[in-house]
Amino acid sequence: MLVNGARLQPDVSGGLFWPERSVFVAADLHFEKGSAYARHGSLLPPYDSQATLETLENALARLKPQTVICLGDSFHDAGAGQRMTQEIRDRLRALCSAHQWFWIAGNHDPDPPADLGGTCVESLAIGHLAFRHEPFPGPATGEVCGHLHPCASVAVKGRSLRRRCFASDGARLVMPSFGAYTGGLDVFEDAIAGLFPGGFDVWMVGRDRVREIKGSRLSVPARLARDDAPGKMAASAGKER
Amino acid sequence: MSSLAARNDHLPALLPPVFSDWFAGRGWSVRPHQMAVVEAVEQGNSCLVIAPTGGGKTLAGFLPSLIDLAEQGGGNGLHTLYVSPLKALTIDIKRNLETPVEEMKLKLRLEARTGDTPASRRQRQRRDPPDILLTTPESLALLLSYPDASRIFGNLKFVVADELHALAGTKRGDQLVLGLSRLSRLAPNHQRIGLSATVAEPDKLEGYLGRNGSVTRVIGRGGVKPDIRILVSGERVPWSGHTAKHSFGELYETIRTVDTALVFVNTRSQAELVFQELWRLNDDGMAIALHHGSLSVENRRKVEAAMAKGGLRAVVCTSTLDLGVDWGSVDLVIQIGAPKGISRMLQRIGRSNHRMDEPSRALLVPANRFELLECRAALEAIGEGILDGAPREQGGLDVLAQHILGMAASGPFDPAELYEEVITVPPYGDMTRELFDRVVEYVATGGYSLRAYDKFKRLYPTDDGRLRIANERIAQQFRMNIGTIVEDAKLKVRRKRGRVIGEIEEYFILGLEKGDTFLFAGQVWTLDSIRDMEVLVTQSKSDTPQIPIYGGGKFPPTTNLADILRKILAEPERRKRLPIDVQDWLRMQEYRSVLPRQGELLVETFPRGGKFYMVCYPFEGRPAHQTLGMLLTRRMERQGLGPMGFMCNDYALAIWSLRPVEDPAPLLDEDMLGDDLEEWMADSSLLKRTFRNVGVVAGLIERKHPGKEKSGRQVTFSSDLLYDVLRRYEPDHVLLQATWREASGGLLDVRRLGDMLRRVKGCIVLQKLDRVSPLSVPIMLEISKLIVGGDAADDLLDEAETDLVAEAERML
Repeated sequence: MLVNGARLQPDVSGGLFWPERSVFVAADLHFEKGSAYARHGSLLPPYDSQATLETLENALARLKPQTVICLGDSFHDAGAGQRMTQEIRDRLRALCSAHQWFWIAGNHDPDPPADLGGTCVESLAIGHLAFRHEPFPGPATGEVCGHLHPCASVAVKGRSLRRRCFASDGARLVMPSFGAYTGGLDVFEDAIAGLFPGGFDVWMVGRDRVREIKGSRLSVPARLARDDAPGKMAASAGKER
Repeated sequence: MSSLAARNDHLPALLPPVFSDWFAGRGWSVRPHQMAVVEAVEQGNSCLVIAPTGGGKTLAGFLPSLIDLAEQGGGNGLHTLYVSPLKALTIDIKRNLETPVEEMKLKLRLEARTGDTPASRRQRQRRDPPDILLTTPESLALLLSYPDASRIFGNLKFVVADELHALAGTKRGDQLVLGLSRLSRLAPNHQRIGLSATVAEPDKLEGYLGRNGSVTRVIGRGGVKPDIRILVSGERVPWSGHTAKHSFGELYETIRTVDTALVFVNTRSQAELVFQELWRLNDDGMAIALHHGSLSVENRRKVEAAMAKGGLRAVVCTSTLDLGVDWGSVDLVIQIGAPKGISRMLQRIGRSNHRMDEPSRALLVPANRFELLECRAALEAIGEGILDGAPREQGGLDVLAQHILGMAASGPFDPAELYEEVITVPPYGDMTRELFDRVVEYVATGGYSLRAYDKFKRLYPTDDGRLRIANERIAQQFRMNIGTIVEDAKLKVRRKRGRVIGEIEEYFILGLEKGDTFLFAGQVWTLDSIRDMEVLVTQSKSDTPQIPIYGGGKFPPTTNLADILRKILAEPERRKRLPIDVQDWLRMQEYRSVLPRQGELLVETFPRGGKFYMVCYPFEGRPAHQTLGMLLTRRMERQGLGPMGFMCNDYALAIWSLRPVEDPAPLLDEDMLGDDLEEWMADSSLLKRTFRNVGVVAGLIERKHPGKEKSGRQVTFSSDLLYDVLRRYEPDHVLLQATWREASGGLLDVRRLGDMLRRVKGCIVLQKLDRVSPLSVPIMLEISKLIVGGDAADDLLDEAETDLVAEAERML
């Protein structure tokens, strides 16, 4: 995958590896999403932080990057840091201290917990790439962002398969969400498709590997396949919050 | 008239004069079973009334309460609770009861309460309950969850549970019976009257009504034996397919000769197709209507009203009309496709002709040869008086979890007491205290060994060892999520700039693109767009719509039905009653291969088109065969046989591979139900779907939040993630156990598969053939359809059919 000249490697974990600069990027970890729901009476399995952390640990052990960028919404809400178990906190702290670690601020976590280590920043530029949580409206060459949780569907032998995905037109890249309980938004929603006026391709995250799929091969959900009034739907579809 | 009076004379003087006068005034006599109910109740017993439809069963159920109310007067709070599985039935029964109540000038209030009742009336019903309340299991659960439940139900005298046979063994039945267990505590002296169609094991139903011994069984006089025929079309019985298109001409002619026909089919898409075809033939302009669960409620009510007036010649319908009020004008029931169950068939047949002295008339229309065998089996079962066995023994743990939270919502409870209460009802009779406590723990904290949610508990212990609900918000959330039916996400279908036509499953629409045409509500529509959860469509001029491909029903043939089906193949005597071309087919099978004898499982292997096929005929239904196919291909993979795919229907399973199977017996050993099954099930999408349903019912995943509706699609997506995480970190969680329990009896039908494997052990008959056998032609045709794929494949299919049949019947 080439984004603004940088050769990037979409990883099966849902993260992004940039071998040339030894950088690993993970978007939308949403730590403690489960316990955030529990506060409101939905007692979801309290293992999402552990699952997300393990996926992250494995990817880092395999790819051995020097730098790690968490692309915002790393924590589901302001109380997430407090609700984490000590064990998770310790393991996360160990990861932070073993790498050059950046927490980019997101809308869920404008102020990531300070006691875990790492550096909190609004955005970050490395080489020809700019890392931020939410995409800038309008063209933004070299932007790598999260926030939108893209998913794509492809029809194979009469079955529709839906997976989270990377979406890029070679100029900018929208990353899939990394967290264990994070839902998704179809790439043809205006919030995502609107970022790529000239079209885009996706890299779908499968069980064993990431597959590049041409944008023209994807199924457009019927509710988006229409020729009038673009832009109306996206506002009401929104992204999960 | 005098003879009626004479009969009434010697009945015990249990019937107050106002009642006997009313009966006499109508020219009716009290039926013996109605009197038997009054007598039993007089003696303090509960009652199970088993009678065919049209036997005055409903009146029998209400007579004791009406008599009591007439004598004691109403106005002392809720006196009689009537529970029915159908909302529509509560309304109809109310209407039917109003007549005697008015004519006898009984002073009592009679009201219905369902999810459709306006909120203001529901509130008033809580504050000031009517004498007789007609409701559904869901509404009962809701009423029981209010803190004032003991006041509402404190003076309850009678519970009338209608269509008990339809509720028993389902999650809604579990919900009802748990509600009844609570009513036993709130109103210990109330009596119950259960109404049911004929069932194989009435003891199981009696358990719903009370402790042993106190239930009197009243059997209504059965009607005349039904007159059932199988339509054998002048054309040959088709080899495969589910449409029964070949017989529509004769079907139409039959409808012309009767007053009103109910035409039952097994799926909605089939209903659409049959309706469309009948209209195409309808040169006489007969009033023919369509009725299925996806049509809008107004649409359905309109059809029902027209039906009640006797204004329709035929209604094409699905299980939506299995139950319901009696329509006197129906004089023929037609079943298109396989009957699937003996009781189901009897229920449907019972919808015709409610005069006791004349037989119900039914016509079975099989769509293919195996369906013909199944129709024949149903006919023999009904002739021999064989019924289906009880479907399910164990109550759902998810329903129990819902009940526990509901009880907490009504007030603090003592777990030990609630356990004693719950095990009084049959679906939970053998539940251990340990399992019960795990469900309570799930309700309280989520039941996770990582005790992460202790500060977010839904239930808190009180000082006296009881459990109370954490806050009113949890109770409110619970009340929004009551119910045990989890529906697929549906979208409204609306004519562009017009009215709503009905609702359609989202998964179907997701497969369509703008401009695609589909058959719905009897017409072909073009998809225009989807907005705000509505599908906008325009009428299409095309008459070749894209229809859902899934042809068969979702239910497997019942075990007893399958048993007789196997007997028909095994016993030459039974085969003599089959149509000639079907007999020829089976004779050809005996010549080219064998017909399995009773207790045997036939396995055939043959090469074809460079592949090797293995076909077996368990007749256990598609879900069990699907599971068997998955497990067998895994094993064949390990043996290096290179399995490439499999195909199954309700009757047979075919697997094709690169190398031939030499010895199927070890492959079919029941040990496949061990690790292989575990491993496969873990990833099965069917299990994830079951988990979603269990999660919604158990309150893990919310159905809807106050103020915002979650779309079913979102539920699907996130529940898969929850499932994966839970399986990885807490594989023994009680909801996974609940999911497994449900899937083994339901979508995966592991229980039935296990029974089959044990049964055929040592009785597997292998036939190594050099080409397809006649018996395998139907499933082989389905394979060629799958491989060719799509609708445009019909021409190819015809060709393939000719080839296959010729190949199977070639003598040398």
